[in-house]
Amino acid sequence: MVTELVEKLFFTREISEEISLPLKKRDVHFGDKVFYYLLKGASWGIVFLLLAMVGLILKMSWPAFSTLGWTFFTSAEWNSWTQEFGVLSFIYGTVISSLLAVAFAVPVSVGVALFLNELAPSWLARPLGFLIEMLAAIPSIVYGLWGLFVLAPLLRTYVQPVLLDYFGWFPLFQGPPLGVGMLCAGVLLAIMITPTISAMTREVFKAIPVSHREAALGLGATRWEMLKLAVLKTGTSGIIGAVILGLGRALGETMAVTMVIGNKSEIHLSLFESGQTMASILANQYAEADSDLQLAALTAVGLTLFMVSLIINSIARFIVWKVEKGFKGGK
Amino acid sequence: MASKLNLKVTSFTDRKRKLKSQLIIGVLLFLALLACFPFLFISAYVISKGIGSLDWAFFTQLPKGPGETGGGMANAILGSGTMVLMCCLLGIPWGMAAGIYLSEYGEGKTARILRFATDLLTSVPSIVVGIFIYGLIVIYFGFSAHAGATALAVIMLPIVARSTEEILKLIPNHIREAGLALGIPRWKVILRILVPGCVGALVTGVMLAIARVAGETAPLLFTALGNQFFADSLSQPTASLPVQIYNFAKSGFPDLERQAWAGALILVLFVFVINFGTRAFIYYKKS
Repeated sequence: MVTELVEKLFFTREISEEISLPLKKRDVHFGDKVFYYLLKGASWGIVFLLLAMVGLILKMSWPAFSTLGWTFFTSAEWNSWTQEFGVLSFIYGTVISSLLAVAFAVPVSVGVALFLNELAPSWLARPLGFLIEMLAAIPSIVYGLWGLFVLAPLLRTYVQPVLLDYFGWFPLFQGPPLGVGMLCAGVLLAIMITPTISAMTREVFKAIPVSHREAALGLGATRWEMLKLAVLKTGTSGIIGAVILGLGRALGETMAVTMVIGNKSEIHLSLFESGQTMASILANQYAEADSDLQLAALTAVGLTLFMVSLIINSIARFIVWKVEKGFKGGK
Repeated sequence: MASKLNLKVTSFTDRKRKLKSQLIIGVLLFLALLACFPFLFISAYVISKGIGSLDWAFFTQLPKGPGETGGGMANAILGSGTMVLMCCLLGIPWGMAAGIYLSEYGEGKTARILRFATDLLTSVPSIVVGIFIYGLIVIYFGFSAHAGATALAVIMLPIVARSTEEILKLIPNHIREAGLALGIPRWKVILRILVPGCVGALVTGVMLAIARVAGETAPLLFTALGNQFFADSLSQPTASLPVQIYNFAKSGFPDLERQAWAGALILVLFVFVINFGTRAFIYYKKS
């Protein structure tokens, strides 16, 4: 009976069509289709959300661009009395604080990744890795609180006077040691982006085939030489990707920076001085903007921040993706 | 003679190389310990500063005016709880649906675009999400818990999507094939076989997303705004724990600062419990 049916199904075209006809009428795949399109909608919804975000913010900030023109990007003046709005001092603040953060965080993060991945036994690597990962879980408002009440006073009493004594001739380290300011923001951001950079770097190192390391050791390299030749050199582009990802995180960080950077819309060379980032001006003024133009200008600051972080993150993801794909292909 | 000399030279450079290697390994160990230090410092500090202020009043009373002592953060705790719950209602189903699509149907170039967009949404600065919701909701309906919750949902969405995708991808293909071979429609295979099979891991991912969202401040600043009192309805400005901590911290009044630390402790405890819990769960599952 069964074999007959199978024969009919598979070997006689006419009969198989006959059988499939009633099946088609009560489409068993109807549920599948509905499910599929629901999921597809949800997934494309994310793309749509991203596009809507760009569109809406662009539309909201348009009055600022049309009224202020290029001065928006070339002026460092931000004054709601005179209705002058320029983004330059915030760009400066954002760039300097983020670069400081990266400069502090990169050596530590890469060192951590090397140690935990390549050298430490697992009984040590696991708890240490956990402690560093947990840094990423602390809410940024808690970082801000700690930065304002603990880190800033520490910098003021112990670090800044020393820097003033020894490097006071250097323009980066002049001015009153207030604690809060660019330096404090940089250190705090460095702590916050360390887990990001080290996690990504560890992923990259993990993707490097073991044979590279064995080859280096087999040629008589010491452990450090092995790390340098097989891990760091091979992983360089991946590390760069991880660093750019960390940079992206630092650029957009809002609360912690707002609480420790001092919030003065001015450009100063010294790292002791207060500053303002694109994110912090938004946190400070958005809810209480006096005029429509100020609101539009603030939104334009947000748009600038948004675009910068999109570009930075795209580059970073692309590099990391390329690197990981490269290793998989090379195996 | 010559060879002997040569040997001596190599052994000298050898020792130098080994010493250098040892030194650098020492430096790397130091860096690793240095990187662990901030976490211990911050958590110990928050606990020691906040624990004294966690009393009954803190959980049950409204904040007092500046300069007065006492009072609590009941409105902020309630507001945060409400908004996080509301955000879950939108963020979890949407995020999971997108994650399932990426894992089960996501192949080829379009899927790469979707994945990329999801990653980009993860890295949008949270304050920008606040601006987006401001233009989308607040301009028309005013500051409200709805707006705050939507902003949080936008942040939660890509996190849930990516974690769901990663988890479903771990399920071996033969399980899908076994289900399909039984003649079960694909949607039933996914919802009745795959999802129940890894529900624990999925919950873990969602919990981590909740922990992340609960501490977000920036998107709430100009969507939910904040409130000195309990909000009467969901369409009113609503207090939240992170925003209240921020406002108290910059108020300059010692008693409010004391409460800000207590609020921070609550946040940190919440985040830690979820993180430790999920780790313990994963560890327990593995063994």
